[in-house]
Amino acid sequence: MLYVVIAFLWMSIWLYLLFGGADFGAGILELFTREQNKGRTRRTMYRAIGPIWEANHMWLIIAIVILFVGFPVIYSEMSVYLHIPLMIMLLGIIARGTAFSFRHYDAVVDDMQILYNRIFTWSSLITPLFLGIIAGSSVSGTIDTQATDFVHAYIFSWLDWFNVAIGLFTVAICAFLAAVFLVGEVKNDKDRRRFTIKARSANIFAIIFGTLVFIIAWLEKIPLTKWIFGNAISLTAIITALLSLVLLWYLLLKGKTKILRLLAGFQVTMILLAITYPHFPNIVLLRDGSTLSLLDNHGDKKTIQSLAVALLGGSIFILPALFYLMYSFKKPLLENE
Amino acid sequence: MDDFMAARSQMALSLAFHIVFSCIGMVMPFFMAVAHFYWLKTGNVVYKNVTKAWSKGVAIFFATGAVSGTVLSFELGLLFPEFMKHAGPIFGMPFSLEGTAFFIEAIFLGFFLYGWDKFNKWFHWFTGLLVGISGIISGILVVAANAWMNSPSGFDFVNGQYLNIDPIKAMFNAAWFSEALHMCIAAVSATGFAVAGVHAWMILKKKNIQFHTAAFKIAVVFAGIAALLQPLSGDISAKNVAKLQPPKLAAMEAVYHTESGVPLLIGGIPNDSAQQVKYAIRLPKLLSFLAYDNFNATIKGMDEIPAKNRPPVPVTHYAFQIMVGFGMLMAVIAVLYFIIVLKKKSWRNKRWLLKLFAYATPIGFIAVEAGWTVTEVGRQPWIIYGIMRTKDAVTPMPGIAVTFYVFTAVYLSLSFIVAFMLYRQIKMVGKLYDIPLENKSV
Repeated sequence: MLYVVIAFLWMSIWLYLLFGGADFGAGILELFTREQNKGRTRRTMYRAIGPIWEANHMWLIIAIVILFVGFPVIYSEMSVYLHIPLMIMLLGIIARGTAFSFRHYDAVVDDMQILYNRIFTWSSLITPLFLGIIAGSSVSGTIDTQATDFVHAYIFSWLDWFNVAIGLFTVAICAFLAAVFLVGEVKNDKDRRRFTIKARSANIFAIIFGTLVFIIAWLEKIPLTKWIFGNAISLTAIITALLSLVLLWYLLLKGKTKILRLLAGFQVTMILLAITYPHFPNIVLLRDGSTLSLLDNHGDKKTIQSLAVALLGGSIFILPALFYLMYSFKKPLLENE
Repeated sequence: MDDFMAARSQMALSLAFHIVFSCIGMVMPFFMAVAHFYWLKTGNVVYKNVTKAWSKGVAIFFATGAVSGTVLSFELGLLFPEFMKHAGPIFGMPFSLEGTAFFIEAIFLGFFLYGWDKFNKWFHWFTGLLVGISGIISGILVVAANAWMNSPSGFDFVNGQYLNIDPIKAMFNAAWFSEALHMCIAAVSATGFAVAGVHAWMILKKKNIQFHTAAFKIAVVFAGIAALLQPLSGDISAKNVAKLQPPKLAAMEAVYHTESGVPLLIGGIPNDSAQQVKYAIRLPKLLSFLAYDNFNATIKGMDEIPAKNRPPVPVTHYAFQIMVGFGMLMAVIAVLYFIIVLKKKSWRNKRWLLKLFAYATPIGFIAVEAGWTVTEVGRQPWIIYGIMRTKDAVTPMPGIAVTFYVFTAVYLSLSFIVAFMLYRQIKMVGKLYDIPLENKSV
């Protein structure tokens, strides 16, 4: 049963990265869109993502609930040492979620929209940046549970070049997912070209930041290359991701929109797999070399059992409904947005 | 402000904010579904307009409730990590089920908001109703988790260890039913009075009368029935508190000395150092009766509780008085309304009656906030009643005051913006939702 819970934890992180990521990415794209095109981007994104908007963010809640019910020690250690980035991420989530609904449901359209949009786009950038920083902090060994002073315990536990680079990489991945997703959503050529260009540049940024992550890891003596190239599964994942990237670029350059989405989703999945696999069952690596393992830090047997049953039972309700929601809103394609 | 106080204040603030949005997000879909049903049955466009207007409100409140709920699930750990380390595996069951309920709510909200003219009309109606049903279920589950903090069960506490954990037993703890019942009814009456009040204002202002009358009629029925049921559930709650948490009962009614045949206090100013209450109306023996069905029952006073285990009496007492006072007021208004409408329907449009509802707009939510204060402050100094003290659960990180100020600023500005947007929604009713041929004589 423990493995069922762990599988759900991984799945919710993965789906949050894919769906929540595309969601964040749409806001990031809007931030980097020229003023005259912003309205079009906004409308496209609203129609494409609007219906599943709220559901996308539930994956985060599922992940956090699994963590605090199933692995309370890990949850509370992270809550203590990553308090500051978690708080900033939360502020981002509040700002983004409310600004999105305000801008689309405010009955009057006036200058307030400028404020809503600004809050929305900037928080779309800041939230995944800090999510990435938090993810980086859990594996880079920056969390120092022995630290006695404020700065080392609560600031340097996350503020580190490697973590920031992971944060930037996350931002680029989100923008990439969103752009590829939207390429398939629009039907007129002009918008398709616009999103194709954005997909390419987001991909280039992802490659740059990804390289940066490796360089910093090398400088800071974080064994990232060993993690990723040192085992068959991660290695295979990375190689297939690279191969599919070649195909994706070919299709992007050709202006083809079919299967782009699948390829982008596949790449992100492979990256997550390549990073998480070598650490399993550890989820947090601490400065003193010790680790927080999912296998050693789980709740009582009965807790894990009922959590697994709740997750399995819940997915019977959630998954079909979610698929039907996505399916029914995919049918009518957006014409002349 | 010290870190402990800041952490508690931030949690209190976040909950106080969340509770308003989640109540509305939980209850309004039902109002919406009723209006929607009328429209589908009668074809009267006014009801379609009401449904659409309310669905905008639901969207705004749901989004705000969802983000503030996400924040809470993190804040539990960020502010009280020691609590979550031990409590998580025990009281986590309702949270994991709530995740499902909430997820379904979000999915069906997507169906409903974006599904106009896309689905079979009854399927579309049903998705709106499902939003409400899953909302109520998630509300009940969250309250069940809170009830566990008041009546911890489903584990053995041996030498500081939490052993033999049984999450199902923890979920169905002794307080879950009375707390969930009381909270759900409170949510309906608070939301009902707030919505009815807003529409009453608009009728008084003679704006889009047909639209607002239709909306008022739906909201007021929910509000009225809930307000009439609430004293009954309050009675169940009080008896439960008397049984499970005697110190909370003593604080609620400012019982300083253990006695039998204790009077029920209405109002009054408790004085901790003098151990007495001044200026209260005393109804002889009534508290003993309400708590134990026996006019001469003995009620444990503060003097029997060790000083370090006493909840703060004045805050709990004032909050309890406010909750009961406004609760009673709502019940009286409900009785009045039903009598009037049963006698003569057209009396519903009497200005004084509408004014009464207009002034009553906020009282349900004041009562909800007060009631929640009773539950939480009345449990202090414990975070898990009788097991773990709140001060032992707080995060070791210093400087929490800073985040408290930041969150206060954020929540204040959000409340301001939401109020501003609701004002604009209402102002725009004429343009967006009203049908052109308005019958002014209604």
